[in-house]
This record gives sequence, C-alpha cells and structure tokens, in this order.
Amino acid sequence: MTNSDLAGRKVLVHDMCLRDGMHAKKEQITTEQMRAFAQAMENAGVPMIQVTHGAGLGGNSLQHGFALHSNEEYWDAVAPVLNNTVMSVLLIPGLGTMNELRLAYDHGARSVHVATHSTEADTSPQHIACGRELGMDTSGFLMMAHLNTPSGLATEAKKMESYGAQTVYVTDSAGYMLPEDVTQYVTALRNELDDNTEIGFHGHNNLGMGIANSIAAVRAGASRIDCSVAGLGAGAGNTPLEAFVAVCDRMGIETGCDMFALMDMAEDLVFPMMDHIVRIDRSSLTLGYAGVYSTFLLHANRLGEKYGIPPRDILIELGRKKMIGGQEDMIEDTALSMLKERDSAA
Amino acid sequence: MNKIKCALIGSGNIGTDLLYKVLRSEVLEPVWMVGIDADSEGLARARDLGIKTTHEGVDGVLPHLAADGVQIAFDATSAYVHKENSDKMNAHGVFMVDLTPAAIGPLCVPPVNLDSLAETMNVNMISCAGQATIPIVYGVSRVQGVDYAEIIASLASKSIGAGTRANLDEFTYTTSNAVCQIGGAKKGKALCIINPAEPAMIMRNTIYCMTEHEPDQEKITESLMDMIEKVQRYVPGYRLVNGPVFEGNKVAVFMEVAGLGDYLPTYAGNLDIMTAAACRTAEMYAEKILRGEMQLVAEAS
Repeated sequence: MTNSDLAGRKVLVHDMCLRDGMHAKKEQITTEQMRAFAQAMENAGVPMIQVTHGAGLGGNSLQHGFALHSNEEYWDAVAPVLNNTVMSVLLIPGLGTMNELRLAYDHGARSVHVATHSTEADTSPQHIACGRELGMDTSGFLMMAHLNTPSGLATEAKKMESYGAQTVYVTDSAGYMLPEDVTQYVTALRNELDDNTEIGFHGHNNLGMGIANSIAAVRAGASRIDCSVAGLGAGAGNTPLEAFVAVCDRMGIETGCDMFALMDMAEDLVFPMMDHIVRIDRSSLTLGYAGVYSTFLLHANRLGEKYGIPPRDILIELGRKKMIGGQEDMIEDTALSMLKERDSAA
Repeated sequence: MNKIKCALIGSGNIGTDLLYKVLRSEVLEPVWMVGIDADSEGLARARDLGIKTTHEGVDGVLPHLAADGVQIAFDATSAYVHKENSDKMNAHGVFMVDLTPAAIGPLCVPPVNLDSLAETMNVNMISCAGQATIPIVYGVSRVQGVDYAEIIASLASKSIGAGTRANLDEFTYTTSNAVCQIGGAKKGKALCIINPAEPAMIMRNTIYCMTEHEPDQEKITESLMDMIEKVQRYVPGYRLVNGPVFEGNKVAVFMEVAGLGDYLPTYAGNLDIMTAAACRTAEMYAEKILRGEMQLVAEAS
C-alpha cells in the first residue's frame, strides 16, 4: 500500500458498461449478457450500475440505433439479480421524458443521471424534480464539459443543484480533458456548490487520461466516479473500473469493490463479447484530440467507409462545426457536404 | 381592405418575432401585446411600434377585447398555461392560434392541411420542428406508405427561450403525434438538440422515413421538391442541404431553416417557421371572417 494524500477518502464508483458500453456494442447486448454482467458486479460489490440504451431513456431510434431489447426488458433482466447494487438510468431531456423515468422507477431503477449539454442546464428542472419526487438518487450530468469554462460550468451546476440535483457531474464526453483541466473544473464546482452536494466525474479514455483524470477529480473534491469494466464504452471507452479500483487500493481510496473479481469479469465476460477491442486507435484518439463526442466514433467509421472519406477527416470537421451529443444525423450530413465540396473542387 | 384585430400573448422570442410578421400582414392588425414582466424587451418593442401592452397577463387584456375589436389571439407562452388562456379568450369570442405545444385544438401545418381544418375556436401550430419536418414526412407519405418517421431538430441555444426549455417533454409528445396525424406516418418520434455553438448554428432538421415497400426514388424526390417549394412561399430560408438519401427502405432528408432576422438573427429559423406558419393560419381564418363565412361566438368556459 502506498501512502497518499487521498488515503481514507471514500469514492462511489458507478459502472457504465451496460449503458455507455451499449454504444461500443452498437446497442446489441443480450438480456442474458446484461444479467451475467449485473450479477458479476453485484458480487464484486459495485455500488451502482447504469442500465439503458446507450443514449438513455427514449434512445431507441434511427438516430441512435435500435437496441436488441427495450429498456424495460433490460431492467427486468437485471433487477432480480441486484441486492446491494443500485440500478440507474440516463435521461437526456429532448430525447427521454418524465413518463419514461416513471416507467424506469416502476422497473426498479433508483438513481438517474439527468443529462444536458454543458451550457443548457435549464432544460432539466422538470426532469431533476421528477427524479427527486420519485425518491431517486438524482444527479445532474453536464456533458461535453470542455465546451464551457470552469466558472461557466459551475454556474450551470449551481442551477442543477437548485432544481434538486444531489450530485452534479463534470462529464468529459469527448475524452478531451487533461488532469489539470479536471482539477480546474471540479474545483470551480466545489467552490460554487453546497458542501452536501456531491461532485461526480465521468471520463473517456480517448487520450489515455481516464484514470489520471478520475484521480485528479477525487483530489479536487469529487466523490463519485463513473467507470466501466474493461472500459466498455463509447470512443476509446470509459475509465476502466478494475484499473481504477486497483489505483484506488494503492492510494488508500476506499471504493468497497473487489478488484480481483472485477479483473476476472473484464477478462472472462467483457473482452470476449467485444465486437472490436475498445482502445485508443486513430479515430478514438482523434475524438479526444479534437474534442468530439465519443459516441460519434462508430458512426464516422461506418459513414467514412460508405462515402470513401477518412473517418478522421469527418471527425475533425464535426469538431470544427462544434457538433454536440445527440447530433449524430449531422455526421452523414457532414460527410455528404464534404463529398460535394471534394467533387466540385476536382 | 379591412383587417382583423389581433392580440399577441407572450412577449418572449416567439411572441416578439410574431409581432413583426403580423405587422406585415394584409389582413391582420396587431393591437395588443400581453406579457407578465413589465421590463420585458418584447413589450418595450411593441410599445415603440404603437401597440397597446399589458404586463398583467391575459387578465390585463380581457376588459379591452370588446372595445378594441380583437377577434384573433395568438398564444406564445407555455403549454402549462395555454388552456386557461384559450378558455378566457374563447369566452370572449376570440379565436385562438396556439404556438405552444399544448395541442388542445386541431393541429395545423399550412402546406399540408390548412385548407381542410375543421371548424374550431382553437388551432395548434405543433412546434417549430413540426412545422419544419412534417411537410417532408407528408411529401413521402403521400407517395407511399411510411411505417415510421423520425425527426431530429437542432436549434441554436440563443434562439430557445424559457418557455420552450420548460416544455421539452410536451414538444416531444406533440411533435411525435403530429408526425403521424398530419405527416401520415404510422409511428413517429421527435428528438430535439440545443446547440450553443458560436457563431450560432442555423436551425437544422433531419427527417428519416421508413417506407413500407421499396421507395420510389423518382416520385418521392419530385414530391419532396414540391413540398419544399410550398414551404418556401412563406419561409424563404427553408432549404434542402443534402438528400434525399435512399438506403434500403430508409429515406433521409437534411434541411436547414434560415430566418428573416425580424427579431433574432437569421440563425433562428425555428422562430420564423413557427411564426410564419401561425401568421399564415390566422390569415386564412381572418379571410373567412372578413368574407362572412365564419362567425365567432363567445363560448362559456
């Protein structure tokens, strides 16, 4: 055990492999796989796991892909094997609705990330209030946080707190942040929010910074960290849960998770079911470098192939046009416009 | 020519943009603008244009409706208060054009069903995204059956006021429903994204239709071009950017809506397409009233 300045700190890890991981599997995870994952995480002492379509409630669409099963079927597969582990959902206003949140509650969800773009917190008051009325553990989730300033993000976080959010997340959807960025954002939130409001950090590993960023977040005052077993998630994946728990063990940060059980789960359950190895490759690295929404990765790869344009060029152009999460339709539109431009230049 | 006198309820982004549209109308005349904030910029603009204003909400204008001859009202407030507003106006014999997603009256997309609307005292304009996308869904469904239509609206953050932000669920339900009811799809879904990019992005809309059978590319393309031209008559900045792209039974159409820049700059095409459609709809009713084909009767609420 290494002595560290963070020894004795408690962190709640929140696994994303059955939500963000849905992106990496093009939404094609079976209910049997979900149940096996959930059982393994319950056994490993993971306190919270998120279970929905990759885009959350209301996600089933041509825009975001149709999952193998409805959210209800996934929840009903997972809920019976959970005892101590809490099941959470993602809700992005404009896509998911409060009726769907009530449905999620009826099927056993007890925690919710209410997500908005980093500058648009005021699209979430009804949904955050609805989560609280249902008695759910309710977090505000400020996506693409790097597109706001630290003080701007703190202002948005304060709004979410005023709507009733018990935790507010700095969400690095593009995997763009470096540890010093995370420190600035989390510190800005910590200074602005009430002492009893928790701060969360959700990272992507596109620049290989998932763990370093999560530790920087904890050091600056975050007490909730989103991770994913084997990193199964959009882009180069989320912060790998088993590795984060290992680092926390070394630093004396308490997660309550069984690291060996999580390692085994990563190796025996998660890696064998990946369609592609979730890693830092030239497309996912481009996401992190250019600050592009991680979920765009597989769409850009597919459309790049369809139209004969390097996916990296499409992603860079999407970054330049400041496209944000939810604008997946603009990937094909951008590819078509690039094609027109290239043809007219030729 | 005589003009029908109008009251505009709501002095936010939509109400203020609407004011400029109604001012240009040959059959409508704005006489009252109603707000709830004495310091509202929209009310100040209305006063500068010689329009009577109140910041006491709908109750502030009710005592003046008869004396000022108001026959049509527009509601650009919020779905949550629309029914109450509408009931009060209808009780005074004033016809209501609803720009909130409350949808208590029949839905209207002018180039699709303006001519076939039932007799009513309340007509609903669905949503900006509905106005921008339903002509396209209809353009496909009038050629062949559409099993499913999905529309995605991307809006500039600066163009989205407090009312719209508080009504995202209603926006989703009302627009999805209208994609079926007016657009002609068997199932429908609506998604909305608010983008804060600077400079502000022009409103974008993507429409996906899944046809029952293999799409007739030539007929669908021809039908879509006709619908786009019809919308362009009242929203000149309505433009096809890419598509139609045919992939199996999927038809994808990528649209852009630039506004006239009456109130907010041209990126806010979402304001224009809503206010222009509402104005066009009100004009149709105004013409009926002027021709004596429609009697407005005060309804007990």
